[in-house]
Order: sequence, then structure tokens, then C-alpha cells
Amino acid sequence: MKRALVALAALAVLIATVQPASAQQKPSGELTVFAAASLTESFDAMAKQFQKKYPDVDVKFSYDASSNLATQINQGAPADVFASADVDNLQKTIDAGTVTPPPVAFAKNRLEIAVEKGNPKKIKSLADLKKSGLLVVLCADQVPCGKYAAESLAKAGVTVSPASKEENAKATLSKVSIGEADASIVYVTDVKAAKGATSGVKIPDKVNVIASYPIGVVKASQNATGAKAWVKFVRSKEGQAILRKFGFLPP
Amino acid sequence: MRRRERRPPVVVVFLAALAVAFFLLPLVGLLQRAPWSELIDDLTDPVVRDALRLSLVCSIAATALAFVLGLPLAWVLARTEFPGRHLVRALVLLPMVLPPVVGGVALLLAFGRRGLVGQYLDDWFGIRLPFTTWGAILAEAFVAMPFFVIVVEAGLRSLDRRYEEAAATLGARRFTTFRRVVLPLIAPSLVAGAALTWARALGEFGATILFAGNLQGETQTMPLAIFVELQTNLGGAIALSLVLLAVSIVVLVSLRDRWFPA
Repeated sequence: MKRALVALAALAVLIATVQPASAQQKPSGELTVFAAASLTESFDAMAKQFQKKYPDVDVKFSYDASSNLATQINQGAPADVFASADVDNLQKTIDAGTVTPPPVAFAKNRLEIAVEKGNPKKIKSLADLKKSGLLVVLCADQVPCGKYAAESLAKAGVTVSPASKEENAKATLSKVSIGEADASIVYVTDVKAAKGATSGVKIPDKVNVIASYPIGVVKASQNATGAKAWVKFVRSKEGQAILRKFGFLPP
Repeated sequence: MRRRERRPPVVVVFLAALAVAFFLLPLVGLLQRAPWSELIDDLTDPVVRDALRLSLVCSIAATALAFVLGLPLAWVLARTEFPGRHLVRALVLLPMVLPPVVGGVALLLAFGRRGLVGQYLDDWFGIRLPFTTWGAILAEAFVAMPFFVIVVEAGLRSLDRRYEEAAATLGARRFTTFRRVVLPLIAPSLVAGAALTWARALGEFGATILFAGNLQGETQTMPLAIFVELQTNLGGAIALSLVLLAVSIVVLVSLRDRWFPA
């Protein structure tokens, strides 16, 4: 057992020492990006542009609730970059020493009420969500979109009893687009990305919450050059234009 | 008496030991990180209590459903000949190999509010399954019932038909024969099938979270609670995991005579 471990460690060291030499000039190799589920469409689009610029890089994504990704990274998941939908979860990885500080803000997002196509239940505001017989699903309390939704509802002084608390923003939205739920609170960008599968009902600024998205490079990254290039690209004019297109606000 | 085998090849022993380590290490990992001192606090947490209660309710109800529907199905499969029997059997087995998440999507498209059957359940009877405890029970029964059917069918097949024939010649009616002769004879299969079904139902995650959603006290069973807790509260997630681990060990130990004849 011990000998195998030593061999493995030796191998890891070998790989670690060999790779940077070749990756020094231009980003290349595999790049694993852990990103908040709400970034799915925009980051997919960004990867296409990124790979045009750096054809040698192979970008792979793991999209999920930021809170889940933070736990995974802190338990040693092989990520290179972590893009979170809130400051807290990126800070959690920095505090644990798994992501290199400082966190870099790259986008902002707002909440919206997602309803079934055409808004058959005529929902106009957060207060309408407490109507009886209305099936509302929210993100789980542990997940950023759930935390933001709770803040927004508290600001509006509305208490809803959700039918379910889903694991991330996309799962929450899908319950509405598939017709199982009447309404949910997700990000503006989620409704936009669903391309008409659901309709959005605006939440006024006064009771809305601004979500801040930070990004950071994972300390144990095997592809630090690629990771830094990704962060730079996300912050670049080109990357920001893509984020704008999907409804994100400037950082 | 068989002669003692020669010394087993080193490579084989090494690989076997590796396999054992592979099974053992995750358990050790779980146990060494367990927050023993806070375990009581973690386990009396309302989220954990609700999840535990709900898991027991749902898994027992799913097992009962498997009993009520699965026993007749097992009997039909074991005792009757009809065209397409093999197809039916394959269909029953499908959930055992189907990824539970796929099962969840399929359940949603069948029994959801806009689903194939679900829309009529809703329109005609006002019955809604998603986001309800019934939904969680159904999801668990969908993935777990095959275990019951398979085990009981095998039990029925291995039964000596002469007992039933004897009962029939003594004038017992068909149902009496089944109740007084067949059921007692296949009792071990029923118990084993029910235990397997229950254990599988208890661990159900994918189909449940997709079909039934995730709400404390309604549909958030133990595996779902573990999944959500893990995001912010590793200790709580480990405590919950320990409970399921303990339950699994109890099931294994209580069935050991059946599965591991010494």
C-alpha cells in the first residue's frame, strides 16, 4: 500500500513538473471549470470563443449549485477554476485554502419570478406567490439562489410555502418549464436562457437582490496557465459581451 | 475431505486485498470524519428528524406497495404461460438496471401534472403526485419493487407443486391453498424480497429528487437531506450517512443466514 502511494506521489510530482514547462507560453491541455448552474449557457458559449482563441485547450464544465461545488473543491475535486454565484461560497474555498485569493468579480445577476409560458396564473408580484393552490418551487436554502430568494421575499414581506426546494437554479426552473410548478424564483438569466419555455415576471429593484459572481483559480490546479487565461477571458471585453448577451450585469 | 489448496497466487491475493481495501476505505473515511461529540445534536436536528421519519414512512409504504402489487405479479410470472411473458419479465427488471434519474424523468412524464396519466389524475380526481409524500413513495416503489418480484418469483418457481396438488385433492379452494400452503412455504423469499426492497427504497435518491422534489417533512428523505446538507454542513451530512450505514449493517446482519450460509 505504502509503496503504491509513494509511486503515485512520484508520478504526480513528475506530471506536475513536466506540464508547466510546455504550458508556459500558450494555454493548452484540459481545463476543468466548476461553475454555478446559472452560468451554464453563457459559459458554454464562452468556451466556444475561448477555444477559437486557444485551440489547444479542452474546456470541460461541472455545473451545479455553487455551495455544492465549493464542498467538492474543498474535498479535493480536480477543478482548475471556480466561478460562484455568490461571494460566500468562493470565500469558503479561499478560507479552506483550496482557491487562490483574491476573488475576482466578473458579473452580477438579478432575480426574477419564472412562471409558465404566457403566465396562465397571472402572477404579477412576489406577493402573488402566496396565493393558495399555487405551486411554487424555490432553490434549497443552502444554495445561493435559495438564499437570494429568501432575502428578496423577506424584503417584500412575503412568506411562501414552497412545494419543493430544488438543488440548484436550473433544477428549480425546470420544474416550471416542465409544467409541474406554477412559479419559481430564479435568476433573470435563467429565464432568458430558457428561451421562451417559461415567462419572466420582473421583481422591482426595491425588493430585488443583486447577486455578485466571483471567480478564482484553484490552488491545486494542474493547468494554472489555462485557468488564468480563462479568468482573464471572462473579464475581457469579449467575455463580458457574451455575459451581457445572456442577461448578466457588469460586475 | 478436500485436500487443502496450494498457496494462492500472490497477484490474486494482492488484487483481492485491493478490492477489500476499496470497500473498506470509504467506510473508514466516513467513520474517521464523524463528529462523534456532536452526533446527538446533529441527529436531533429537526431536518434530520424529519428526514429520518419520512424515510421510514416512505420506504415501508413502498415495500407494502411492492407486496400488494408485486406478489400477484410474481405469481403470474411464475405460474402462468402467456404470450409476451418474457417481455413482461424484462419490463419488470428494467428499473433495476435503469439509472434512477431516468426513472424520475419518466415518472414525471407519466404521472406529473402534465404527464400522460398525471393530467387525468389531476383533472378528474384532483390527485397530484409530484411534490407529495405519495410521489416519494411511488418513486421508491418504482426502483425497488423489481427486487421483491424477482426474489418471490424465484421462490414460487422452486416450490414443489405436489403440496398444492395435495391440498387441492383434500378439497381446499385455490385461495385457501395459496394462503395456507404456498405463502408459508415461500415465507423466506417474502422476507428476503421485502428486506431487499426496503433497503433499496431507503437509499433511493435520483428518482425521488426528480419526481417528488425536495421539501423537509414532505419529500426530503434521508439521501436527499444528506445531499443538501453536504453543501453547507459536512458534519450533519456525515451524521445522516452514519444512520443509513447503521441501518444497512442491521439489514445485512439480520439476513446473513439466508445470504451467507456459513
